[in-house]
Amino acid sequence: MTISREDIEKVAVLARIRLDEEQIPALEKDLGNILSLVDQLSAADTDNVEPLAHPLDAVQRLRADEVTESNQREAFQAIAPATENGLYLVPRVIE
Amino acid sequence: MQWDIVIGLEIHVQLATKTKIFSGSSTAFGAEPNTQASAVDLAMPGTLPVPNEQAFRYAVMFGLAVNADIGRRSVFDRKNYFYPDSPKGYQTTQLDHPIVGPGFVDIDLADGSRKRVRIHHAHLEEDAGKSLHEDFEGMTGIDLNRAGTPLIEIVTEPDLNNAEEAVAFAKKLHSLVSSLGICDGDMSQGSLRFDVNISLKPKGSDTLGTRTETKNLNSFRFMEQAIAHEVDRQMDILEDGGRIVQETRLYNGDRDESRSMRSKEEANDYRYFPCPDLLPVVIDDAFIQSARDLLPELPEARKERFKEQYGLNEYDARLLSDDAGLAAFFEETAKHGKDAKLAANWVLGEFTARMNAEDKTVARAPITGVQLGQLVARIADNTVSSSGAKKVFDALWSGKSTHADDVIEAQGLKQVSDSGALEQMVDEVLAEMPDQVAQYQQETDPKKQKKMLGGFMGPLMKASKGQGNPKLFTEILLKKLNG
Repeated sequence: MTISREDIEKVAVLARIRLDEEQIPALEKDLGNILSLVDQLSAADTDNVEPLAHPLDAVQRLRADEVTESNQREAFQAIAPATENGLYLVPRVIE
Repeated sequence: MQWDIVIGLEIHVQLATKTKIFSGSSTAFGAEPNTQASAVDLAMPGTLPVPNEQAFRYAVMFGLAVNADIGRRSVFDRKNYFYPDSPKGYQTTQLDHPIVGPGFVDIDLADGSRKRVRIHHAHLEEDAGKSLHEDFEGMTGIDLNRAGTPLIEIVTEPDLNNAEEAVAFAKKLHSLVSSLGICDGDMSQGSLRFDVNISLKPKGSDTLGTRTETKNLNSFRFMEQAIAHEVDRQMDILEDGGRIVQETRLYNGDRDESRSMRSKEEANDYRYFPCPDLLPVVIDDAFIQSARDLLPELPEARKERFKEQYGLNEYDARLLSDDAGLAAFFEETAKHGKDAKLAANWVLGEFTARMNAEDKTVARAPITGVQLGQLVARIADNTVSSSGAKKVFDALWSGKSTHADDVIEAQGLKQVSDSGALEQMVDEVLAEMPDQVAQYQQETDPKKQKKMLGGFMGPLMKASKGQGNPKLFTEILLKKLNG
């Protein structure tokens, strides 16, 4: 199983990871190996197997619709890089 | 060339739960920024989501109301993208196993016809926070109070063929989710948001054209304008021999223009995968029943009942039944007004006109259904004329008084219905107008006679200081004139 340089560059962009040029050959090899490993799974016969949404054979518990959280803004914003008027500030996003 | 227009809608509906879909933070509108954003909503490391039972119940109620299959086993997936209003770096949503499967909604069109619009599915997901681009030099402000608010996204089949149908469907859906009580229906606050997928194909062709998506329309008027705008844009391109690019567009209603949202194109690879933090949610019969038990009377059923119970026509019954608030108001008015048709006329006439003029909602109207009913009762029993009733309505609306009877008393609006007194007035007026009486009696065209009758009413109303019952005046006049 191989992964192309273009695939790696695209995934890096989508994941917001900056890659140096010289890192790419090693990633091609490592990711190719991982994909080959995972690829072995496709050898298994799954014709009569229900797809699994989660490895635990359990069912989600639901929560009653009651307010349990209180305002912790001060604590959360104490560790934020920048805030103003109660807002978190981030580098400008142009839409 | 002739073109067929093909439209499908995606509608985001904010559910009226008290708390968020995955955390116990309040969803109350209007709080100070970030005071309703908990560690889960902020995606702090180590937190885990726990789904809100009521969000599932509301989604199931919607499913039952649109005749849909309910997903007995629904699964959450992660839709990955980077945007600061979504701190997790993904939106938790449902891709392959949504809570609501295929269903349908019937819409009524202006020409009296009815059309079935198929629902492809509806899934549960979380809303994002809000970005504020103004006021912060070079920075964007983020308020995460809205992040994690439960949404259902409703996806239709491309069954709509023009703006009228799309708007009729949107209004029907708005009426439905408001009546169900699963959404507050406040479009100005973004409680319902419409995305419109539009494509054109040569008339009669079976092959769909390339579509564009116009996002985040939050009023019916903008939706209608945006569709007209996009259809024109696509038609111009196609007729010039060009090709439509599949893209997301933003419509600016104030300027009636749209532009491409380029930033989304590149990031359009969402790399969905099942959310490992959440197990499949199993919906059993008991849960579905608990949702069914909460279903109120729906607009369609209410309309039929109004026709049956109050003898209303189809048009009035529909106008009064679409909105649960207006329907309840009307029923109060009819109950206290004794005359249901008269009550319907006043609710749809004076009351609705005044609400529209002052941009009020039923809930914020300064007059109650009981109060309007008390007035209608006085019109029905001939205590007050319809022109006098308008004065009473004004007094009630402005809050000068709270009971029709008080206004009638205080302003002397009680009309005279004592036929002896009225007859005397008629005799006096006719005695002063011998020429007109003779003219009337010589006239053979009943239409003209009817018109001439009006000539006597003015002096009669004057003689009675506006308090004579016009209906009785007419009866007496006809008796006297026709001898």
